[in-house]
Amino acid sequence: MEAILLGLILLLSIFLGFELISKVPATIHTPLMSGANAISGITLVGALLAAGAGAASPRLAILLGVIAVAFATINVVGGYLVTDRMLGMFKKRGDNG
Amino acid sequence: MLDHLYINAAYIVAAAFFIFGLKLLGKPVTARKGNLFSAVGMLIAIIATLLSNQILDWNWILLGVAIGIVIGVAASRLIAMTAMPEMVAVFNGLGGGASLLVGWVALFGTVNLFVAITVVLSILIGGMTFSGSAIAWGKLSEAITSRALVFAGQRFVNSGILIALITCAVMFVLEPAHNSPYLYAVIGLACLLGIMAVIPIGGADMPVVISLLNSYSGLAACAAGFAINNVILIVAGSLVGAAGFILTNVMCKAMNRSLPNVLFSGFGAAKAATEVDGEVHPISAEDATLILEAASSVAFVPGYGMAVAQAQHVLCELGELLESNGTEVSYAIHPVAGRMPGHMNVLLAEANVSYDQLIEMDDINPRLDSIDVAVVIGANDVVNPAARTDENSPIYGMPIINVDEAKTVFVLKRTMASGFAGIDNPLFFGSNTRMLFGDAKTSISAMISEFKT
Repeated sequence: MEAILLGLILLLSIFLGFELISKVPATIHTPLMSGANAISGITLVGALLAAGAGAASPRLAILLGVIAVAFATINVVGGYLVTDRMLGMFKKRGDNG
Repeated sequence: MLDHLYINAAYIVAAAFFIFGLKLLGKPVTARKGNLFSAVGMLIAIIATLLSNQILDWNWILLGVAIGIVIGVAASRLIAMTAMPEMVAVFNGLGGGASLLVGWVALFGTVNLFVAITVVLSILIGGMTFSGSAIAWGKLSEAITSRALVFAGQRFVNSGILIALITCAVMFVLEPAHNSPYLYAVIGLACLLGIMAVIPIGGADMPVVISLLNSYSGLAACAAGFAINNVILIVAGSLVGAAGFILTNVMCKAMNRSLPNVLFSGFGAAKAATEVDGEVHPISAEDATLILEAASSVAFVPGYGMAVAQAQHVLCELGELLESNGTEVSYAIHPVAGRMPGHMNVLLAEANVSYDQLIEMDDINPRLDSIDVAVVIGANDVVNPAARTDENSPIYGMPIINVDEAKTVFVLKRTMASGFAGIDNPLFFGSNTRMLFGDAKTSISAMISEFKT
């Protein structure tokens, strides 16, 4: 049953993603892509659970978890910051700055 | 149970922020706010996870997060805007790599058939994203050749890898364990497949690959979410997967090619285009300036060459000079100009061009015949009229910016060498075309100083 529910969530999210993105002007394709990329760093949540599992967890699992945390954190932090930096440059005439 | 409840409630809030953020990200005016919204969603998801009682040991987390923050902040601050495609490729790869590892660690818990299958999927997609992005990074930064690498029997080798991969995956699922030799084989083969998939793709097709890898990095997170039974990974991952897929489609349409064609064909090996004979009319920067001064409307058409020459700042300066002279200035952007979706827009925005001057291909084409001068800067295939007229051309049918319809066309170009697709461009021989040879930045600077005198 659990698997079915998760599958339903997957289906709805994919349709929602299509709807949200389908009419984006080409002007901001790059920030959109890098912003979406930052969201894919959500895997950090899984990595945190892996790295924080405590002493009961095998050493290898913890090590893999720490690497995953580092990777995903770069993805999240770097992704959001660089997207913000890019979007800060998009100005219309008459805007301040 | 209570723990479980409040975490999932927080995840719902986070998901709402992601969805709303993505929606706002779709409009230039609200995009920055949208990015902030999605970052808040991320923060909520992370804090909720950290507060859960499944986290028993903080030390290792702090280590990983510290490393990640230092590198992430430094990279995002120091990177040059021209290197943005490489940066996005690296971030994609790291996201994919993290999802691979998350899937792997899931094997240390209780493993049933469903978990085993989803772990294999997250390793497969994550591994391909990781190694494919590494190759894409190499190609974009010219660390390895950006040409399409095609060799005889490539398809057989790839099919072999795929068959081996599927076999190992099945063997693993039948007897899943975190130290199964089949697991290591799947990880290795997935990475190998990622490399093999990106190697035959040339530089000009990179916008497709980057957006596809972006989609994969989301799907990898989604698969990892199934493996560890985590809703927010599934929701956020599939949103990104869908978004990346749409962008991929937009890029393919802009090249009039199907996704399989981009991924498997290598490019250029196909038909030989009709050769073009004719006379080229060179022009000096001095004469070009005189014509620009007299023009009432000018459209600049940038391509990857502008990024290579770093000519966006001088181009913007020239544009402003022309505007103060009473000329109507616009920038016509082809969707696949450059190395990633929207590449030219980012560079011109950096150079302070107002985004309402950045005109999309479909909007500029109907009025190009009324434009006095179209200036092509480092673009080639995206303005090649053979795409309209020559059925033998490999790019026949690809939508282009019809600069040849403008009253006069200037082409800023280093030499007469053909573009990425390796085909002649009849535009260069047109009677209304003038070639301004030399480095784009030098040529534009020369025009600026002519203009000022």
